[in-house]
Amino acid sequence: MAALPRRIIKETQRLMAEPVPGISAVPDESNARYFHVIVTGPEDSPFEGGLFKLELFLPEDYPMSAPKVRFITKIYHPNIDKLGRICLDILKDKWSPALQIRTVLLSIQALLSAPNPDDPLANDVAELWKINEIEAIRNAKEWTRKYAMDN
Amino acid sequence: MNSDEEIPSDEVDSGNVSSSDDVEFPMEVESNTSREKQNEIEDYPYEVLSTEQIVQHMVDSIKEVNSVIQLPHTTIRILLNHFKWDKEKLMERYYDGDQEQLYTEARVVNPYRKSINAQKKQSRRSTGTEECEICYMILPSSMMTGLECSHRFCTHCWTEYLTTKIMEEGLGQTISCAAHGCDILVDDATVMNLVKDSKVRLKYQQIITNSFVQCNRLLRWCPSPDCNNVIKVHNVEPRPVTCKCLHTFCFLCGENWHDPVKCHLLKKWIKKCDDDSETSNWISANTKECPRCKVTIEKDGGCNHMVCKNQNCKADFCWVCLGSWEPHGSSWYNCNRYDEEEARAARDAQERSRSALQRYLFYCNRYMNHMQSLKFEHKLYASVKGKMEEMQHHNMSWIEVQFLKRAVDILCQCRQTLMYTYVFAFYLKKNNQSVIFEDNQSDLESATETLSEYLERDITSENLADIKQKVQDKYRYCDSRRKVLLEHVHEGYEKDWWVYTE
Repeated sequence: MAALPRRIIKETQRLMAEPVPGISAVPDESNARYFHVIVTGPEDSPFEGGLFKLELFLPEDYPMSAPKVRFITKIYHPNIDKLGRICLDILKDKWSPALQIRTVLLSIQALLSAPNPDDPLANDVAELWKINEIEAIRNAKEWTRKYAMDN
Repeated sequence: MNSDEEIPSDEVDSGNVSSSDDVEFPMEVESNTSREKQNEIEDYPYEVLSTEQIVQHMVDSIKEVNSVIQLPHTTIRILLNHFKWDKEKLMERYYDGDQEQLYTEARVVNPYRKSINAQKKQSRRSTGTEECEICYMILPSSMMTGLECSHRFCTHCWTEYLTTKIMEEGLGQTISCAAHGCDILVDDATVMNLVKDSKVRLKYQQIITNSFVQCNRLLRWCPSPDCNNVIKVHNVEPRPVTCKCLHTFCFLCGENWHDPVKCHLLKKWIKKCDDDSETSNWISANTKECPRCKVTIEKDGGCNHMVCKNQNCKADFCWVCLGSWEPHGSSWYNCNRYDEEEARAARDAQERSRSALQRYLFYCNRYMNHMQSLKFEHKLYASVKGKMEEMQHHNMSWIEVQFLKRAVDILCQCRQTLMYTYVFAFYLKKNNQSVIFEDNQSDLESATETLSEYLERDITSENLADIKQKVQDKYRYCDSRRKVLLEHVHEGYEKDWWVYTE
């Protein structure tokens, strides 16, 4: 395997030295491109109190192409589907090589605070979010309690 | 005198990239004039342009705008692309609207504000080193670069970024600055400065040229595979154009030249054929059964006169209608007409949809039959070439046997026309003129099949003169009947004879 680019080494070092509040990202012991991520549910959101596990992978041509990120913990959110795939512009066409793991994770945390049901990935969730927000939020809290709190 | 001599030689240099030999010049003029002459007859002038000429065409458009609006070429290119290369629209917006908004929309930095940015850059450059936000390397400022938006990255990262955008995402004129949230576009000069890999440069050129051709109504790529030429017309019309690769197609829709049927009906027909996939699968199945002994037959060339190879059968029949061949051989030939009265009777007896399907199958069968025959065109040319050589052994000169090639040319033209007459006829409502049309179609079809049969025959020294006479008479007849048929349909378009069933 090719040597790890300076960019990834530097970025990992900085991430370790100054972690983002509410987010932990630790590289896997055997693969420095694979990160174990835990995001805490933002305050005043239905995900508050939950700990959400994610996986983050830096592909071969990172930073020219975006990292691949996926929720492992089940989450009731209009922009995240059953498989944990995330609908976020900077992970797709708005990716810029000047962005970093840090900014990506911050954006994901922000997405938890501000769901966007007009650009949905999980259609049924988005639908309910639009027609009955109170019930949708209740579901999200329920899922947070059920899946993101026990461990 | 001196200046007079210089002007044309300049033109040679700019117009002919590959060579500046004096010998080439008169040849080119000759081919130009002969092409023009040919086009004058058809009354539809067009040009075939190579990719290089298209690139030149773009440069000329930029220069033209530049002579009015004094902006850098790279900026004009982005602005023109924003307006889909409509020069007038650009000028109009430039002089009538809010220029600042125009620059924002087109994703360029106002060139008049550049001087401020340049100063900023200069001051930063004096500090010595900078960190590249992409690779995290600390590098001397001389290795850092950026667009007018002042987002600077190292040249290595820029090159990699542009290469990814071009090769992976297929972007050309719409690559934005590498900084997050900055939508300022990378101009072509910057790309060419930073990208040195010839493969990537070529792809970039292709993407840009392609978007230019696609947004220009007067240009169309030749649809033939591996052909990189573009046809340029003066006005968009459903007319046949022939590329330098010899492929002839309709400029308006890009399909093979489909006279007498119009583009929109052909499009509808092709969609119908694709949609009815199960039916068309069934239709396009290459086999039919002998009407007498039911043995399965695959037709791989030749005319419609079938003789069953089953030694116990030897039935003579028509491939199209599977009826006995006998009536086809004489003057009575009724294979191309769908009998409306019979259809009506069938409708009474059966469901409506069933007869509609049958009607469709009738036309589709005949359409596919000619298409199939056209696919064997190359085989026919090869076999005719063999015959031409053989005839030259029978004391005929080269020029004397050329009629055979001409016969195949005409045969193919007739088949192509006939093929599209069935699409036309499918959508046509019956009236007096449509009856005349069907008579013309029937006549042309039977003559074409006879010609096809003559070309299949073995040539011996005894029948040689006879066959030559027959073939020549028949192809002249076919050619004239084809013209008559087309002229009749065209006259109908002018006089509004045709009523469609759609």
